Amino acid sequence: MKIAVCVKQVPDATVHKRIDPATKRLDRSGEAALNPTDLNAVEEALRIKEAQGGEVVLVSLGPAKALDSLRKALAMGADRAVLVSDDGAAGSDLLGTARALAGALERESADLVLFGQASGDGDGAVLWAAVADRLRRPLISQVASLTAESGSVTGKRQTEHGYDVITAPLPAVVAVSDAINEPRYPSLKGIMSAKTKPQETLALADLGVEAGDVGEAGARTTVLELGSPPSRGDQIKLEDDGSAAQKVLDLVVERKLL
Amino acid sequence: MKTLVFLEHYGGALEKGGLGVLAKAASLGDAVGVVVGESAAEVAASAGAFGASRVYACEAPELATPLPQPRVDALATLVEQTSPDAVLFAASVLSADVASGLAARLDAGLNWDLTDVSVKDGELVGTRPALGDTVVVDVGWKDGPKLGMIRSGALDPVESGGTAEVESFDTTFSDFSTLATLVEQTKEESSGPSIEEADIIVAGGRGLGSPEGFTLLEELAAALGGAVGATRAVVDAGWYPYSTQVGQTGKSVSPKLYIACGISGAIQHKVGMQGSGTIVAINKDPNAPIFDFCDIGVVGDLHQIVPKLTELVRSRG
Repeated sequence: MKIAVCVKQVPDATVHKRIDPATKRLDRSGEAALNPTDLNAVEEALRIKEAQGGEVVLVSLGPAKALDSLRKALAMGADRAVLVSDDGAAGSDLLGTARALAGALERESADLVLFGQASGDGDGAVLWAAVADRLRRPLISQVASLTAESGSVTGKRQTEHGYDVITAPLPAVVAVSDAINEPRYPSLKGIMSAKTKPQETLALADLGVEAGDVGEAGARTTVLELGSPPSRGDQIKLEDDGSAAQKVLDLVVERKLL
Repeated sequence: MKTLVFLEHYGGALEKGGLGVLAKAASLGDAVGVVVGESAAEVAASAGAFGASRVYACEAPELATPLPQPRVDALATLVEQTSPDAVLFAASVLSADVASGLAARLDAGLNWDLTDVSVKDGELVGTRPALGDTVVVDVGWKDGPKLGMIRSGALDPVESGGTAEVESFDTTFSDFSTLATLVEQTKEESSGPSIEEADIIVAGGRGLGSPEGFTLLEELAAALGGAVGATRAVVDAGWYPYSTQVGQTGKSVSPKLYIACGISGAIQHKVGMQGSGTIVAINKDPNAPIFDFCDIGVVGDLHQIVPKLTELVRSRG
């Protein structure tokens, strides 16, 4: 089975994130890492490959330096990486990102496209549905356990009301939740071999994506203004001397919350 | 401003999240609803009381199961036929996929995780907290239908007492939209509201000490008529189900009252709950970060305080 895993480089979790007031975009100049929940998708792809054979291809959109982060997933065991990197893609919103990724995915024509749960830089948990619509493929999202057979995938997912088990014929798009597995650590051998695995960088033109449809030009959403969140107001802090429960109740009643 | 609001229904009633968005849409202009799936027409009429002037309903068999792609077809049809200025969703597992799929289909902009929407100079503006809610961003839309998804619990339903006309509509389905099928559905019977719907959440973290600690929280939640939430650490440890996980990889909630018990307040948890109205934190570590963003902080042993609080709430009757 050929599996394409969509991954993304995000600012490292330890970096204090900021929005550049000039561009109103996330400042991506600091330390970066592979988006943590994407590792679950990589892990799931590797498990399917180990059971059934095939190929695991990483597909990403980002600046050229994103290849550094993709190497971690190559070290885990992915076979090769495809990075769409183009100045014209900067400032893409959901639509532009979906268009560029769908272009790269169409070129790969994998049996299964996997996504992780959400990106660590606030891009939300929605991209897979836009990509599935562009690719005109069936979608299963928020999957907490996945069975891949020849010709179909079945995923179990948690909803607000319980569990749904959904099945779809291949080729399909599946987004996994971070509850699905525990990503492996790269082995030393994996880290050594990652450097020599194929890493391809593509421009938008290579994918037949029109520059006006992605990046700032293709965005249908805008950031108007940055502000500070409203302050929480006065805080009350108390040590429990046996009366804390009563005091909490009084405050809650006073605020008409009961 | 004419706004179409996607209304989900469950167990014969419209979900609270969608009704909250509907009430907000009604305050901005003409609000119309759309309900699809089994008995859609029957439940649709109740949206009138929450501000809808009209509700569109589609009961095509392809919409019977809660899958997103056939809903994208239905909404795309409706947007084409009725040309709303905006289409708004209340965030949920299902609606996130519908909204994103619809954005791709219509080539329309989607802003999500909004805590509010308003009209400024005749244009729709969304309020979006970002970067762990340390920044609030005003977001807008360029041309085309404006798609927006509202964070769960951010907007409350407001009863207007109006009535809505229910109009059925038909749609056709894309060849790929009906390929995914629901093969099994397990409903979790819970006695209280879900964390997305609850006005009060009692949440627990590692400080509970053991899975049994959740019994204390369940009792308090039951007394308050609220729901129980959990941190990622305890969900990962298998103490409590994933459906109750609040935070970056779980759910974002904004109840009126959030009682955090034995939760240190890591950023990953904070982003999922700091939109709450009033935050009460109970933790034995006086240096826990949660004390920096709560309204009422209690340094003490939750195993003493929580049962006492439960008793006091019960004795209020």
